[in-house]
This record gives sequence, C-alpha cells and structure tokens, in this order.
Amino acid sequence: MQSQATYNYKVVRQFAVMTVIWGIVGMLVGVIIAAQLVWPELNVHEFLSYGRLRPLHTNAVIFAFGGCALFATSYFAVQRTSHAPLFAPGLAAFTFWGWQLIIVSAALSLPLGITSGKEYAELEWPIDILITLVWVSYAVVFFGTIIKRTVSHIYVANWFFGGFILTVAVLHLVNSAAIPVTLFKSYSAYAGVQDAMVQWWYGHNAVGFFLTAGFLGMMYYFVPKQAGRPVYSYRLSVVHFWALIFTYMWAGPHHLHYTALPDWTQSVGMLFSLILLAPSWGGMINGIMTLSGAWHKLRDDPILKFMITSLSFYGMSTFEGPMMSIKTVNALSHYTDWTVGHVHSGALGWVAMISIGSIYYLLPRLFGKPEMASKKLIEAHFWIATIGIVLYIASMWIAGVMQGLMWRATNLDGTLTYSFVESVKATYPFWTIRLLGGLLFLSGMLIMAYNMFLTIAGGKAVDAPVLAPAAAH
Amino acid sequence: MSDFVSGFWNIYVVGIVLVSIIGCGVFLWSQSTARHVEGETTGHVWDEDLQEYSNPLPSWWRWLFYITIVFSLFYLAMYPGLGTYKGQFNWSSSGQYDGEMKKAEEQYGPIFKKFQSQEIRTVAANSEAKEMGQRLFLTYCSQCHGSDAKGGKGFPNLADNDWLFGGTADQIKETILKGRDAMMPAKGVKPDLNGDQIKDLASYVRSLSGLANDSIRAQRGKELFAAACGACHGPEGKGTVGVAPNLADKVWLYGSSEETIIETISKGRTNRMPAFGEFLGDAKVHLLTAYVYGLGGGVKDAPVAAPVEAPAAVPAEAAPAEKK
Repeated sequence: MQSQATYNYKVVRQFAVMTVIWGIVGMLVGVIIAAQLVWPELNVHEFLSYGRLRPLHTNAVIFAFGGCALFATSYFAVQRTSHAPLFAPGLAAFTFWGWQLIIVSAALSLPLGITSGKEYAELEWPIDILITLVWVSYAVVFFGTIIKRTVSHIYVANWFFGGFILTVAVLHLVNSAAIPVTLFKSYSAYAGVQDAMVQWWYGHNAVGFFLTAGFLGMMYYFVPKQAGRPVYSYRLSVVHFWALIFTYMWAGPHHLHYTALPDWTQSVGMLFSLILLAPSWGGMINGIMTLSGAWHKLRDDPILKFMITSLSFYGMSTFEGPMMSIKTVNALSHYTDWTVGHVHSGALGWVAMISIGSIYYLLPRLFGKPEMASKKLIEAHFWIATIGIVLYIASMWIAGVMQGLMWRATNLDGTLTYSFVESVKATYPFWTIRLLGGLLFLSGMLIMAYNMFLTIAGGKAVDAPVLAPAAAH
Repeated sequence: MSDFVSGFWNIYVVGIVLVSIIGCGVFLWSQSTARHVEGETTGHVWDEDLQEYSNPLPSWWRWLFYITIVFSLFYLAMYPGLGTYKGQFNWSSSGQYDGEMKKAEEQYGPIFKKFQSQEIRTVAANSEAKEMGQRLFLTYCSQCHGSDAKGGKGFPNLADNDWLFGGTADQIKETILKGRDAMMPAKGVKPDLNGDQIKDLASYVRSLSGLANDSIRAQRGKELFAAACGACHGPEGKGTVGVAPNLADKVWLYGSSEETIIETISKGRTNRMPAFGEFLGDAKVHLLTAYVYGLGGGVKDAPVAAPVEAPAAVPAEAAPAEKK
C-alpha cells in the first residue's frame, strides 16, 4: 500500500487562499461600479471608469474567484476520489502560477483599455495563449489523476469537473480565434452575425460549463461530505449530467432574440433553453435530497447552510433562465437590469455560496485544524451574504421589470411615454439598494478572510496520506 | 430564406435538431427503465464515505422533462426552427415587425398627418403639435442635443439663434430629413502650418469674439487667417451658413479655450447629424421641425422673418434676410 504517499495539498492550499483574496478584489470592483451607477462623478479617471472596470469585475469574479475555487476543489476532490495523488505535480504548480499571472495581466490590461471587446473574453491574444497553456496543463493534471486512480469507478463529481475542463478548452479556442494586429490588439476571426453567434455560444456555455458544470462537480463532492449522507440518486446524476452537457451547447441564441440572427436559430436556442430546465433541476434535486434524513444538521451547521442555500438559488435561477429565454418574456426582460439580477442570483447565490461553503470545508483540513477558527463568524457570514443577495436580486427584478415597462409604454399618439433618461432616473433608488446588497456580500467575504487568517495562523500545512480504496461491498 | 448556401444545410439542421430533441426523450425513457433499488446504495465507495443511493428518477421530474420535449416538438411544427420550414403559423420576426408597424401607421398615422399639410409656423404655434413634437424630440434627438435642446460639446444648441446649416423652416426640415455632414480639414488650406503659427491663429480667433488673447500673436495670426481659413470662414471670420461657422460670435461648438481651438486647428473636426427621413417619415419630421423651429432660434433670425406670434405676416419669399 502507498502508506507513505500523501495527497498534493500544496496547490489546493494556494488556490483556496487565493479564492478568498480574489473574491474580495472582484467583489470590491463590483461594489465600485455599482456606486458609479448611483454617483457617476465617481468615474474619476479613464482607467477607473465604468466601461473599463466592468469587464475587470466580471473577469475577476468569474475567472479569478470562481476559477481559483474550481482549481482548489477539483484538485482536492479528484485526488481523494481517485485514491491517488495529483498527476504531474510540476504542471499543477504551473497551473497555479500561470493562472495568477493571467489574473494580474487582466487586472492591468483591462483598466488600460486593452480589450478584444468580446464579453467575458475581453483579454487580448497574448493572455489568451497563456490561458490555453494553463488550461491544457490543468486537463493533463486532472485526467492524468483520473487515469492513475486506484478505484474502478469514476466518482460523479469528476464527470462534472472533467466535462467542464474539456468544454471550456473548446469554447476558449473557438471564441478567442483572432487575427493579431499588434501585441495589444487583435480582431475576431468571425464577422457580423456569425461573430455574435460564436460569442454567445461561448458566453452562454461559459455560464453552463464554467459556472455550472464545474460548480456541480464541487457540489457533488462537498455536499455529501458535509452532510455525511450518500448522494440521493445515481440514476438521476447520470441522466442530468448527459442531458445538461448536451443541451447547454444549444442555448446560446437566446441572447440574440429579435436580432439579425435568423428566426430558426433563435427558436432552436429558445427550445433547448426550455428543455434545459429539467436537467438543471436534476442537480438541485440530487443536492437537496442528499440531505433528506439529515435536515436537523442544517440547524447548527453554517457550512451546510451555505451549500443548501446555494442549491436553492441554483434551482431558482435555472427556472428563471428558461423563462427569460422565451421570446415574449425576453422582449420585456432583455437589456434591462432583470438580466443583471438573474446573473447575480446565479453568481452570488449559486456560484459564490457553494464555493464559500466548500472553501470553509477545505481550509481546516488543509491547515491541520479540526475546524474553522470561528463557527460564529461563518454563521454571521452566511446571514450577511444571504441578506445581501436578496437585496441585490429583488431590487434588480423590480428595476428590470420597471425599465422594460417604461421602455414600451406609449401615448395615445404612439410616441413613447418615457424618454430613456427618465427610466435611468427612475432606477436610482434600486441601484442604491443593489449597492447596499453588494456591500453586504463583500463584507461577508471580509469576515471570511479574517476567519481564514485566524485558522491559518494557528495551523500548519498538512498533506493527508493517500487512502486505500474501500473494499467493494 | 437565404440562410443556407445549399440545400444540404437545410436537411442537416432539420435532422440534427429533431434527432437531438427526440434523442433526449429516448435517453430519458431508457434510463427510467434501468435497474434500481430504492433506498439502497450502488455499492461503490469513494474517499471513505462517499456513496450513492440507487433511487429512481423522481417521476414529477421525469414528466417535467417529457413536457418540455413535447412542447418543443409542437413549437417546431408551428414556428420557424426546422431550417427553411416556416411553421404552421407562418410567423417571422420581420413579418411581426411589419405587421405592428402597419397597425401603428393605421392607428397613429392620421394623428401626425393632420399637421403635415400645415405651414411650419402654424404647426409651431399649435400646443398639441408642440407636445407631440417634444415627445418625438425626447425619444429621437435628446440623446445628442439634450432634453432641453441646448446641446453639448460637439452637439449644436438648437434653442439659440445660431445656425450652422440655416434656421429657416425648410433648412431645419432638410437637416432632419437628410442629415448633415461637416468637416473642417486640419490646418485649413495650409497643411504646412507649424505649432507656433497655430498658436498665433488661435489668438486671432479668440480676438474675433473679444476673448483674452496675446495681441502680438493675434496680429500675426490675422495674416495667417486670411490665407489658411478665410476661404471658408470669410475674411472677417463671420462664416457662411452651410459652409463654415461664424467665429466672431459667442457660440462655440467644441469650446473657446486656447487649448481647444489649437486642437481644432491642428486636427480638424468631423461631425455628422444622421438622416431621419427614411426612419421617421415626413409627417413626424414635419412635427419635429416645427418643435425645433419653435424653440426660439427659428423665429428671430430666419429669412422667413415671420414671428410665430403673428402668423399672418408677409409670405416667406418676400421677407428680406435680416442681418444680425
């Protein structure tokens, strides 16, 4: 037996700590741009203007915060469920430093106005190449570990992590294809409506694979672990896994309703978005039902509270998404703050909450502690974050529906009742509430950072020994 | 539909869409009949205690999945989705747009047409038309010219009596219908102007409207002005409507600071008012013309010279052009 061998926790520790740090940075930028909408005079310099900071916010929270969380949890889960240490530890270390370099490059280039102009893929071509190198290394480490596994079956969390890693590679390569003009400027390889379609095929699958499949992998490891219960249904995980990864691929056109995209493409995108409802809910059911028989644990386990609340928000936003993809609903919701509310119900409610719960699970285990330094602070973090999300999404729902209705209101002579600027003026109170919600969520992250430093301060880095697989029943 | 370069792609789209949707249903059906033992685990264990129950698919969830599949097939029969097949409802987004526009034209067209045959001055004096004109202005013009029509840097003030392309009713209407293009070439007609000379010119231009300036530079600038700028702006810098702006008044489109004037001379300026005729139609443009005309500037300086307050004055052609 490999009694001497230990799991590679070093890279997990690095990514776990950076998850919290980048979470604070990304959310702070989010709070700044939310404040800029309320007080436009806060656009003090072109480097710090809304247009430059907004892509920095999205890149920081998705790829820096979310990305580090995915690296940390997938590296942890794949080793432990494969009963083998990480394959190619050198490459794993490269993925950490490479990813941090990418994040720092983004944080410098985006405020400078260096951008390819593609939403969620703004980084210019030299950074895109670095992303490709890091991602291929990630795939080698992850799938190498799977191949090295000492159990015959591959655990469900790894299906989702694997699907996420493969698909993001394809998405990145296809969407970022560009013709470089200078070191800092390139132009998309596609033009016109094809470019828009490729962009939103990428954009929606960034949501589907980066922000969903990857985090479902996280859910499938950490929820049953924290709840101490078996996953509710193996069959459900099989069906919703294949259905989810298959149907997400088609859903992109719903971002382009009523545009130059052909009608048939819009229809197909809408239908697959509707079909996506059941596969998405499969993950929510499997997560929440895993807790059946152990509901009492929710009372005094704030980490489990984070996880179950995240699944509730996941279910809610994956219901809202298909509804918003229906053309008639989209005609009202598109281009309004409703979309912003929807995204944040997924991003804060689902992605951030499940990551936070998983990182709280990880930290004490990585630093040789029985538990986090303060359970009370986790509890406080949970409630502050939850109230923050509710304020955020409720204000954006109201603002979005109000904007949609104001934009379509007409007078008796057919002229518009409200000019655009009147809808902007009417949105101020809701932007203020949203700012408050964002501030609360950010405060929660600061509490988490404090708790993390308390936990690390008294502990030391530990690498757990590789376990022998349990004998089959 | 011209979305496909060959008939093959139509068949490809129809095939792949139908196979994919029906495939989801077949997959779901095959998995719901697969072996399961409720309440027992599958027997696999990972990482000490990770296990999975062998529970079946929840039936309400299965039915939800089937319903979305059936609905999708129904929708594809009724609406465009299967390649070039138009669907039983024969719906298209452009058809819906045309239909709604036609309906709006029938419903609202007469309200606007009622003013179309009236003189601009008459329309401008009508309070109902003024309200409608303002609503149109706020929707289509305020983004650049501002809600109060007073403009901003690069966007002309429409509420004063200074007109780049003329303030008569006909000229305003032509501006809205066809748009305007304006271009001041860098360094006027003397591309060899150096930085010092441009500074001299800027001092002279500032002196034209009585702004503080360096008199020695302005003196030198005066001679340069005649050579480099006079062809368009006139020997006294008073400009010509439709050709070049008056530099001797207090109105500045881009700003009167020395720095801005130097920038204007060194780099030139390009500006455009987009054409709205095709988009809004003559009837709405007519109302907008009256609204802009009635903001104040169209009254005093227009060669038509007939004040709105006295619409029964001299015919437009007979009015002599008033000099400021």
